[in-house]
Amino acid sequence: MTWRYARRYAPLVTMPITVPAYGKEAAGRLASMADVTADDGALRRFLHGLPGVDAVGLEARAATLGTRSIKTTAKAYAIDLAISMIDLTTLEGADTPGKVRALCAKGIHPDPTDRTSPKVAAICVYPDMVATAKEALGDSGVHVASVATAFPAGRAALPVKLADTRDAVAAGADEIDMVIDRGAFLSGRYMEVFEEIKAVKEACARPGGTSQTESGGGSAAHLKVIFETGELQTYDNVRRVSWLAMLAGADFIKTSTGKVAVNATPPVTLLMLEAVRDFHAATGVQVGVKPAGGIRTTKDAIKYLVMVNETLGERWLTADWFRFGASSLLNDLLMQRQKLSTGRYSGPDYVTVD
Amino acid sequence: MTFDYAPAPESRAVVDIAPSYGLFIDGEFAPACDGKVFKTVSPSSEEVLSEVAQAHADDVDRAVKAARKAFEKWSALPGAERAKYLFRIARIIQERSRELAVLESLDNGKPIRESRDADLPLVAAHFFYYAGWADKLDHAGYGQNPRPLGVAGQVIPWNFPLLMLAWKIAPALATGNTVVLKPAETTPLSALFFADICRQAGLPKGVVNIITGDGSTGAALVAHPDINKVAFTGSTEVGKAIARTVAGTDKKLTLELGGKAANIVFDDAPIDQAVEGIVNGIFFNQGHVCCAGSRLLVQESVQDELLDALKRRMQTLRVGDPLDKNTDIGAINSAEQLARITALVDAGEAEGAERWAPACELPGSGYWFAPTLFTGVTQAHRIAREEIFGPVLSVLTFRTPAEAVEKANNTPYGLSAGIWTEKGSRMLWMASKLRAGVIWSNTFNKFDPASPFGGYKESGFGREGGRHGLEAYLNV
Repeated sequence: MTWRYARRYAPLVTMPITVPAYGKEAAGRLASMADVTADDGALRRFLHGLPGVDAVGLEARAATLGTRSIKTTAKAYAIDLAISMIDLTTLEGADTPGKVRALCAKGIHPDPTDRTSPKVAAICVYPDMVATAKEALGDSGVHVASVATAFPAGRAALPVKLADTRDAVAAGADEIDMVIDRGAFLSGRYMEVFEEIKAVKEACARPGGTSQTESGGGSAAHLKVIFETGELQTYDNVRRVSWLAMLAGADFIKTSTGKVAVNATPPVTLLMLEAVRDFHAATGVQVGVKPAGGIRTTKDAIKYLVMVNETLGERWLTADWFRFGASSLLNDLLMQRQKLSTGRYSGPDYVTVD
Repeated sequence: MTFDYAPAPESRAVVDIAPSYGLFIDGEFAPACDGKVFKTVSPSSEEVLSEVAQAHADDVDRAVKAARKAFEKWSALPGAERAKYLFRIARIIQERSRELAVLESLDNGKPIRESRDADLPLVAAHFFYYAGWADKLDHAGYGQNPRPLGVAGQVIPWNFPLLMLAWKIAPALATGNTVVLKPAETTPLSALFFADICRQAGLPKGVVNIITGDGSTGAALVAHPDINKVAFTGSTEVGKAIARTVAGTDKKLTLELGGKAANIVFDDAPIDQAVEGIVNGIFFNQGHVCCAGSRLLVQESVQDELLDALKRRMQTLRVGDPLDKNTDIGAINSAEQLARITALVDAGEAEGAERWAPACELPGSGYWFAPTLFTGVTQAHRIAREEIFGPVLSVLTFRTPAEAVEKANNTPYGLSAGIWTEKGSRMLWMASKLRAGVIWSNTFNKFDPASPFGGYKESGFGREGGRHGLEAYLNV
């Protein structure tokens, strides 16, 4: 049923079988779309030919999904799922190895009073903290995600951005969160943004390791592409940049750096989920989504999970395909978790402050 | 493990339904003169909610007399004084909105999400809006000191019981009329609760009278010689009968009747939002909406893409307990309506249209119909011409804007229409060509008290809402 919807985007002969964006087969699938990325003109025509977005309708849909009432067993499931999807983040000039190690300890055992709490998905740090985080996390299974490419502004020459990326990968980063060149995108230089994402993806390959296979040591780092949607402003831009990044090989698309006034919002995230859904229908390639910044409460997190559930479905409801970029969210999730298991409200002194 | 939403029922405890209700005449509840009653049931469970009085013609007469008596003082009040009562009613509705939302969902079968987020806010907004007009009638464009008509006889349908009451009563009272209102037979409860709100607001006796009953009560009301105005919302069939009754009298008449709205999707439409608009257009309130977008006209070049997206979206609709906060589609209002929907859907299949519905488990008791769409529908099919008044969408196609206009207008109705395109000039061109009272662009089923609402052709005449809505209750 879904592939016919995709005809507008790519003339596929058969219904595509799902492959992960980081898998070996993804490149072949992207090659089937090579005509739209052949040159600047083709790419521009394609991106501008995508269906427009009606802002009022999009916001209304996100708001309606936000009214879903998630209670009891569904809430318990959602809280544990949300915890397992967190990229626990510290991106401060004041970060120290001590701070990063503390965060790593929390990521492995989020609730010191309840060892049944799931661990978070990753610890997200600046490149120079990758080695520290990697060591602290050991074989816990929690990934190290590193921002790169002159985060958060992305205003540096390409060789600098690539060196930044390689450095983080060499230090052991499992995931790279790159920022796009918003200036290039806003001035219509789509091909430049496309090529840059492709180059960073190549830089994610681990020297000596097998590229594009299972995550973990030796394999390529997974690439998350940050759009900084607060700077791109329009929903049409968000849909276009989502397709642009996915065509260039993004494993995840991510809303924001958390460093500007407007970060992740439900409508922007919903729109990106829809783009991922349509890209999957067209190519079979599964891409993840990461809203980041401004998600602080359990209630908010659950709204995002509802959007994922009703837009992309179950297949995306794992830490492999959906993440929250957040720091304070975790403690609220833990307090709600304690409330569900004990029946009493706890307080900020019953969760750890890092 | 899957993300299954646990039941999230809104509490019934917030509403206290009495075992029986009388007629609200001259500020008092009283049984019918002959003591007759009928039961009102919850369509989602067939549970009897209460017994209400079946008004006899003599009760109607008593109600009209009470309204006539109250008219003199009420119409003589300064507009600002009438506004105070209306503002008070609006605020009480807001304060009691949860109770009223639960009541409405119980008696009507609509999902609590809609009664809570659409019906009740609009009800309060309508009273606030017309309260604002009450002391500004001199500036409404009808000259100095426009006069009310007198006693208004109002008959309302079961699809939006309290909202249709607000649409009728708020402008009538703001302009200085008094009213006798008859709610629909299957949904009398929220109007009776409104009677209580009138008492709570200290509204003078007889200004609002609520009489419950079946079609015979409504017929007695519109035929009563001492009413000056008849306002009816409901089926075209009954509307025609009322028009015949009123013909030759000096009663002023407004009719808001059926519809078979075209929801027109062009190939440059914002597809995801168009899908939401189509869903909202036909599945909102189980499709029990006179302005429902029941005919989808889709440009052939985008048909497959749109229908696939629509079907995918329909699979996520949650049909079930109206009081569950996660329900998208509730119960069909009555067994009678369910039979009417089923008959038309059967006719659609018999005439060769292709029926599709998502896999969807329906509750065992109560009246239910799965969201359904028909493809391969032509203008010649009954399901393209007759109002189904249920969650059933007929899909037709077109090739050019001119053909879209032609097909959209080729109906005896003309209540509403929708246009989906990113191109502003086409939007405006279409709007100027479509013969429908309400035209939405890149949205559907959006209501606002400031916006006039009403139909062309067999969808009725007269406008409700906005400044235009005042005219229906003024002697101008």
